[in-house]
Amino acid sequence: MTKIGLEIHCQLTNLKSKLFCSCKANYREFEINENICPVCMGLPGSLPRLNQDAVKKATLIAMALNCTTPEKIAFFRKNYFYPDLPKNFQITQLNIYGDTSVGGSGSIMIGDKKINITRIQLEEDPGRLIYEGSSSKNQITLVDYNRAGTPLVEIVTEPDFESPKQVRLFLNILSDLLENLGVSDPGLEGAMRADANVSIEGGKKVEVKNIGSFHDLEKAVHFEITRQNSLHSRDIDIVQETRHWDDKRKITISSRSKEEELDYRYFLEGDIPWIIIDSEIQNKLKSEMPESITSKKERYISKYSIPIQVADVLSSDKFYSDLFDESHDESNAKEIANIITTDLMGLVDTREKREESKITSIHLKDLADSIQSGKISRNSAKNALYEIVKTGKNLSEIISELDLGNVSDESELSKIIEEVIVAEPQAVEQAKSNPQTINFLVGKVMQKTKGKADPKLTLDLLKKQLG
Amino acid sequence: MNLKISALEYVQEVQNGNISAEDFVSKTLEQIQTVDDKLHAFLSVNEKAIEQAKLIDKKIKSGDKVGSCFGMPISIKDNLCIKDNITTCASKMLEHFVAPYDATVITKLKQEDAIFVGKVNLDEFAMGLSTEFSAFGPSKNPWNTEYVPGGSSGGSAVSVSAFECVASLGSDTGGSVRNPASFCSVVGYKPTYGLISRYGLISYANSIEQIGPLTRTVKDSAFMLNLISGLDANDNTTIDNKNEDYLSGIDSGIEGKKIGIITEMLGDGVDPSVLSATKDAISKLESLGAICEEISIDMIKYSVAAYYTITATEAGSNLARYDNLRYGYEFPVEGYEFNSYISKARQKFGPEVTRRMIIGGFVPSAGHAGKYFLKAMKVKSKLTKEINEAFKKFDLLIAPTVPILPFKIGEKINDPVSLFLIDINTVTANLTGKPAVSIPYAISNGLPIGIQLFANSNQDKLLLQAAYALEQTVKLPEVPI
Repeated sequence: MTKIGLEIHCQLTNLKSKLFCSCKANYREFEINENICPVCMGLPGSLPRLNQDAVKKATLIAMALNCTTPEKIAFFRKNYFYPDLPKNFQITQLNIYGDTSVGGSGSIMIGDKKINITRIQLEEDPGRLIYEGSSSKNQITLVDYNRAGTPLVEIVTEPDFESPKQVRLFLNILSDLLENLGVSDPGLEGAMRADANVSIEGGKKVEVKNIGSFHDLEKAVHFEITRQNSLHSRDIDIVQETRHWDDKRKITISSRSKEEELDYRYFLEGDIPWIIIDSEIQNKLKSEMPESITSKKERYISKYSIPIQVADVLSSDKFYSDLFDESHDESNAKEIANIITTDLMGLVDTREKREESKITSIHLKDLADSIQSGKISRNSAKNALYEIVKTGKNLSEIISELDLGNVSDESELSKIIEEVIVAEPQAVEQAKSNPQTINFLVGKVMQKTKGKADPKLTLDLLKKQLG
Repeated sequence: MNLKISALEYVQEVQNGNISAEDFVSKTLEQIQTVDDKLHAFLSVNEKAIEQAKLIDKKIKSGDKVGSCFGMPISIKDNLCIKDNITTCASKMLEHFVAPYDATVITKLKQEDAIFVGKVNLDEFAMGLSTEFSAFGPSKNPWNTEYVPGGSSGGSAVSVSAFECVASLGSDTGGSVRNPASFCSVVGYKPTYGLISRYGLISYANSIEQIGPLTRTVKDSAFMLNLISGLDANDNTTIDNKNEDYLSGIDSGIEGKKIGIITEMLGDGVDPSVLSATKDAISKLESLGAICEEISIDMIKYSVAAYYTITATEAGSNLARYDNLRYGYEFPVEGYEFNSYISKARQKFGPEVTRRMIIGGFVPSAGHAGKYFLKAMKVKSKLTKEINEAFKKFDLLIAPTVPILPFKIGEKINDPVSLFLIDINTVTANLTGKPAVSIPYAISNGLPIGIQLFANSNQDKLLLQAAYALEQTVKLPEVPI
């Protein structure tokens, strides 16, 4: 049986500052080695200053993944030399001397499959190595410490996955969950990284490291299973080893370094006293915890009779569910859900488009109300939405600028209908004998009004005129 | 100009207009010029000290608000960061390291208008108790320059003792303030763990070390403590002392206080002159109304072993950052693979630091941690428990600061174990986080003896009161320089 376990590293990108200093957690905006200070550079004499907010956010993750949360947590030093590590030790958490990391065992459901979480720990991200030079002979390594000290949460799962597909489903659920908690923006480059442990029946465990995105994680797992199966079918032993994911060639390569033999000499980080997270603090955190995706989904279905598929899409994406929750009331909920899932999603389907989008919950409310009151047709609403996303102007402005308002004035509409009747004598005759074909004439009116004619009124007036 | 005045006297004199900061600081610099060739307390001298003193005099004259040090010349152990100053840790590894920031204690003293007259010598990275392990040569004991001044804050003790400053800041990981204070006949104070921010103190064994003042009098130590103690956002281990005033009521006496005499610190290996000085001190305390009784603390016999195991482990980790990549000395990285580069670059560490880092790599390693590091941690927690028990019965504990008299330079340098064992009386305060102070008590054959008092955590005020009471019973000859 194939067994896959994951170690997921998730940066707490929504925090203001790094884990132990006041440099920015969002290091991406900086020039190389500009987002650094004596603390995150590990200068002599500097001491870590724990970001309490990071502890809270990590605890929220633990709670959302149904993990046990100890009342006292501690930090440990993981000692190893590496150029991206300014102190040559990483401040992290550990459970070998009792449960002292932010989260103990927990679980999450993917459909009917339960994935067990081993632990969740809070730690600092190292800096970033940049390799330059064409061959190994003239290769140089540059170090950018902007990232060093960024708060990172490591989520370790049990080897409960049986297929790359389960891995993917889990990752989707997890990244939605993290985004919904407001702790991280999983879409940011490098915000989510993972290592995977893969083994097949009769083989040893292989660790695949350095997988830079969730997209590649599924590929890497798939590659590794295929590789191991092919070895197995040729009776070649699968040895326990660490392999690296080659991002460019999309394959795993055996690591020459003997990382598994490293002795990290873990011991308590004396510069950070034990942190108390007692039941009072835990209850407060729980009460501040954003509504879960599942609960949102259930609410949408039971309260507004929104179809399951629509509720699913709406609830799992924080961007949409926030817009929905801020804009809807009982009267327009369905309409707004509809606008979001049928029209808006197509307009903001990439990260860039979302960031540029100017839409607010007020726009959505106005749009839905205007449709429901017949002020604007669904068709025109679609055009208006496009303008809203692009410009952020308010709806009434857009309606008047683009002349999108429904033609619902009876006399105006009657005039147009008369014109159509004159222009289409054949169709008129047909409609008189066969009422089913009246829609052709309605269509003509729509054409003339560029879709702005109130459809119901048009039909009523047509019927009246045709006798 | 009398350079021998205490810190409090200095403040008084300047305030009364009897002396100016400029005069005193320039006389102090002259003293350094005169005696330091012989003593080697200083690794660097502040060229701008007189200029800074002039500014303070100006402030005093114009009636501006002046900090409570009034330009008092203070020396700083060279493992404390002063912005834009070279901070070497007496190591070739950091020979050219310019600190880009101030330690919290430095910031505080700057606000109080102290003048840092220079950076003073220490055993490399504060590892040692004789200052012989400085990469820049040993300091000498002002009482007899053939003898060690103690360590690791040897430069601090020498500079206070030889009137090269009024007071000094050192650091105490296993006795590094108290030991040289005892050997040079000055007061050395190791506060409760967390009372003084360590931000800017270059770590050796961060879980047990504290910055501490070395001064001429107990009152001066209390004065310094008033200026540098308290909660600091930059050091998560600091404790809130609610701006305690350690000077007020310092003369309250010790009548009725119960003092435990630690038998393990008065056993074999204690020099007879040290033993008789301790007995004498005990009878003095009794005559002041204290009730003294013996107490045995079993775990002390393992304390030195535990101390060296824990400090080596932490040192191995704390000193790992010196890979010469981000700062350090001139040694181009090009052409090297990372591991071969750092192992070459790290050869600049001296023998004692190297020894402790090798031990520090071994004792917490997989397969050995149970036998060494974890066992040492167990001793630490048992020792703490025993000491806490003792403080249920006693207000204070007493022992000699160092079991022996100062020894000759070079005498023990090739015998690390016998050097380690000298720490037996001082490491307990560090392993348990308790405050302890060394008070100059006697001179035997021209060499100083210090008496050590301990108190429970956060009882620093009581400890200083007791130290002051004992100090008042002592009249010592002047240092022969």
